[in-house]
Amino acid sequence: MADIKKIATRDGYGEALVELGNERNDFIVMDADLAEATKTGAFKKAFPERFYDCGIAEGNMMSIAAGIAATGKKVFASSFAMFAAGRAFEQIRNSIGYPHLNVVIGATHAGISVGEDGATHQCCEDIALMRSIPGMTIINPADYTEAKKAVKAAINHDGPVYMRFGRLAVPVVFDDDYNFEIGKGVELKEGSDVTIIATGLMVAEALEAYELLKAEGISARIINMATIKPLDTEIVLKAAKETGAIVTAEEHSVIGGLGSAVSEYLSENYPTVVLKLGVNDTYGKSGPANELLDIFGLRAKDIAEKAKQAIAKKA
Amino acid sequence: MELSKKKQLTLTALKVRRGIVDSIHAAKAGHPGGSLSIADLLTYLYFDKMNIDPANPKMEGRDRLVLSKGHAAPALYSVLAHRGFFPVEELITLRKADSRLQGHPDMKGIPGVDMSSGSLGQGISCAVGMALSAKHFGENYRVYTVLGDGECEEGQVWEAAMFAGNKGLSNLTAYVDFNNLQIDGSCDEVNSPAPLDKKFEAFGWNVIVINGHDFDEIEAATLAAEKVTDKPTAIIMNTVKGKGVSFMENKCGWHGKAPGDEDYAVAVAELDAALAELA
Repeated sequence: MADIKKIATRDGYGEALVELGNERNDFIVMDADLAEATKTGAFKKAFPERFYDCGIAEGNMMSIAAGIAATGKKVFASSFAMFAAGRAFEQIRNSIGYPHLNVVIGATHAGISVGEDGATHQCCEDIALMRSIPGMTIINPADYTEAKKAVKAAINHDGPVYMRFGRLAVPVVFDDDYNFEIGKGVELKEGSDVTIIATGLMVAEALEAYELLKAEGISARIINMATIKPLDTEIVLKAAKETGAIVTAEEHSVIGGLGSAVSEYLSENYPTVVLKLGVNDTYGKSGPANELLDIFGLRAKDIAEKAKQAIAKKA
Repeated sequence: MELSKKKQLTLTALKVRRGIVDSIHAAKAGHPGGSLSIADLLTYLYFDKMNIDPANPKMEGRDRLVLSKGHAAPALYSVLAHRGFFPVEELITLRKADSRLQGHPDMKGIPGVDMSSGSLGQGISCAVGMALSAKHFGENYRVYTVLGDGECEEGQVWEAAMFAGNKGLSNLTAYVDFNNLQIDGSCDEVNSPAPLDKKFEAFGWNVIVINGHDFDEIEAATLAAEKVTDKPTAIIMNTVKGKGVSFMENKCGWHGKAPGDEDYAVAVAELDAALAELA
């Protein structure tokens, strides 16, 4: 895949903020001393007077963002996923979630692909935490293009949005005419034997798994599920009915993430085999991101293997 | 302050206290001590100081108040009701399952509540956000927030104080209800946040210490804060927890306990006698 362009989704976040900044001046961007890493630094450079650094105090930043939103203004609040969803969970829940305020949380460095920083900084629990907050919208873009489009959709969304971005440069899957809509899953490949529902950087892996399976004569449907909450239940139900087996793939704990969302929905509405590929209830560790994705079994070959297991379990 | 105005505020504050006692008695739960201790402050702010319109609770450019010590919601509700944001009769629905008067302030459902609060430490940050928004977008309203003394044990209070001080948010006034009592005992016994004046000064704030039950001092400090152009102001109010109901005054036990029928009758008799004397 050396010829495929790779860009981190966090870069899409930073660039989209700058583009929005050129279009409108009704919003503020905040960070907690990680502007260079989260890529809000691009906005800070372009519009220094519209950027506020809260310093290393993520809980305070979330409540300040809530206060700004309560005055009717738009605001982005950024940090690493660990310190946004993790450290500031209760501020997000009570200051932002309960009053249903228009705060966009830009959480970068999600998942084990943080790499060398290791377990303390590798948040594989953020989707689970954010899913538990009523009214929270969660978007986990697959690539740079989708990240940019999602940021522009999020600023116009009514209610809080948690956006999950990665540190690692990942393949650009979509071109500029890709249409992003909050709450809509997208079928990327047709298939009838099994459906792979992927999110974030696992979408590119799922597309590779499609080819691996195809070579073995297996027809896999590939769905990109960027919005994890609210879940596009229509596309999930259709896939369950038409393919009879589902594999979910995410760079997140198998507890509480996309796999859980899909399982919860199907178990109540159309019981179907669902196998979850993700981080198996464990902590990450230090290492180059791409090695860690191999070690933790988050690759196309792992998805393909799970897909075959799912097909074998079909009733 | 003119004598007639002070008399009017004193009268209103008694009615507000009556509303606090009525609502908590009816709810059979709530926080009378810390509600009564801020009754005078909220009466002054909502009846004299703040630019607000009960007929238009979301009025653009209005002054805003965040009750960071959200458990004193009965005081806020009583003031808002008496100010005309909703019927005074509604106060006795406090904390009931079919009432909009939640145990802690809910900005989505209650007219006049500018921010949901109750999880200690977060309200001051929200107020800081509002003050920042006003400065950034060039609006000239003022933001008020009310903190508990025990609340100042929360680290987030100081994160907010550091930010507001560094950013010079002079359109923000934070009142600390320093009654020196919290749930587990006196602040001194539990984990004293004192000296609060020196702490806020160290965080870059203008600090004024007053008697929180003296309308002259409340007004003078509040107006003095408006003259400061480069710093937020913290007004440390020495107060009496349970102020206005004799058996609740300075009693830690009345932090989060509703009066039963007998205690309620005594409280009402006291407040009504004081009202009759003034009227």
